[in-house]
Amino acid sequence: MPIQTVKMVVTGPFNAGKTEFIRSISEIDVVTTDEGISPTSAEFGTKETTTVAMDFGRITVDDDLVLYLFGTPGQRRFDFMWEILAEGMLGFVVMVDSSKPETFREAKSILETFRAYAPTPYVVAANKQDHPEAWAAEDLRIALRIDDDIKLLPCVATDKESVKNVLLELLYSILEEMEET
Amino acid sequence: MALKGNLADFSTTQILNLINLARKTGTLRVYEPVVTNETITDGAGNKRPKIVPGTERASASFREGKLILATMGIQDGHLANVLQKAGKLNTEQARIIRERGAKYSDKALALMLINANYVNQTDIVRSIQQHTVDIVYDMMAWAKEPFIFQENELPPADRITVPIDLKNVIIEGTRRIKEIKPLEDELPNLDMALKFPDSPSEKFRGIHLSVEEWRVVSFINPKNSIRQIAKSCNMTDTEIRRVVYGLLQAGLVELLKPPHLQPQPVGAPGAYAGPPRPQVTVKRSVVERLIARIKET
Repeated sequence: MPIQTVKMVVTGPFNAGKTEFIRSISEIDVVTTDEGISPTSAEFGTKETTTVAMDFGRITVDDDLVLYLFGTPGQRRFDFMWEILAEGMLGFVVMVDSSKPETFREAKSILETFRAYAPTPYVVAANKQDHPEAWAAEDLRIALRIDDDIKLLPCVATDKESVKNVLLELLYSILEEMEET
Repeated sequence: MALKGNLADFSTTQILNLINLARKTGTLRVYEPVVTNETITDGAGNKRPKIVPGTERASASFREGKLILATMGIQDGHLANVLQKAGKLNTEQARIIRERGAKYSDKALALMLINANYVNQTDIVRSIQQHTVDIVYDMMAWAKEPFIFQENELPPADRITVPIDLKNVIIEGTRRIKEIKPLEDELPNLDMALKFPDSPSEKFRGIHLSVEEWRVVSFINPKNSIRQIAKSCNMTDTEIRRVVYGLLQAGLVELLKPPHLQPQPVGAPGAYAGPPRPQVTVKRSVVERLIARIKET
């Protein structure tokens, strides 16, 4: 029996927690295409590596069904990968670092870009809710101008249960969309 | 809980919009920017110097989404000064009141001034109101200051507070914005359309719009792009951006996709079917199996 693969994309600004999100739920070690950040680079001091092409995680449902999670590179200089990764996705998650308002504008821009790629369901994950300076999810909804009918979910990407909740809510949204069409 | 950030990333106008829509109570403090040797990285991976709060420059307090008081760090917010600035007291009167009334709270002092027929209650309310909004208009022009909004922090009980609807403050403050870049950042695509939010009549109640702003409002329709509205109103890109930005931040209108990208009703006579949507190749049962699998993970 041929294996059916289903693809979901995890996107968001630089250092929003996309790789951690996939790492928390993937059954395999996440295949990352990271490069080290040089001391002269803009990101040095923020984290040691950054995703340059994609992250890749997997959840096997059965012999004939596999879910693939693709994490996009957060930096604009790798945005040529976004459209490639978005092709054929069932839905997507937009990760936002709730504690860094300097990334909100980019998060909104990425969200609009992915909406333009494909009219698939999506959810917004307000990540790093365990950070003392995190903005509340409902404040983020107003700050990012997210419509009330889009799910905006508090998230801690290092917490598996939190990641499960985000993915489940995305799948419920996909089911709802199927019922409407 | 506190909201921290920098006005370079989240402008005063956006903060006011958030406070208005979420009906927040608390105090916003804006600080002198102190540039450090450290760097931070924005969402696109660009590096910039880290700016930390210096001395307090101004503060504004809010109760349930309404502006109630503002103070400028370098100004003395004494009631006598506020009344003098509003032309209700002359310099000598203000000086005497400052000297003799130093031990009284604003509320007690206001009562004494009213009883002495220096001013009436309306004078006091309007003077404080004007003083408050003038400070907030100044704050709306700042672009790189660190800020902290501390929820549920209110001015001392002996201060006189006057509730002011934020929608009009946002509209008027936007009219005064001279910088074009923030407007372009917030409204890059003039091919977007506009629509009214739910219950628009309620939202527009008590709003003071200029003739030009009302003209723009009269053209708001999901079928009209912002660019088309600008053309009909004979406005430049900057002029239309300023008006639409103000209306958006005040929550009076909402952005829509460009008219040609909006979904059309299926089967409507003469309706354009729109670009072909990718076929859903996944069955409902597949999604249900995914849900079951993730639940057991």
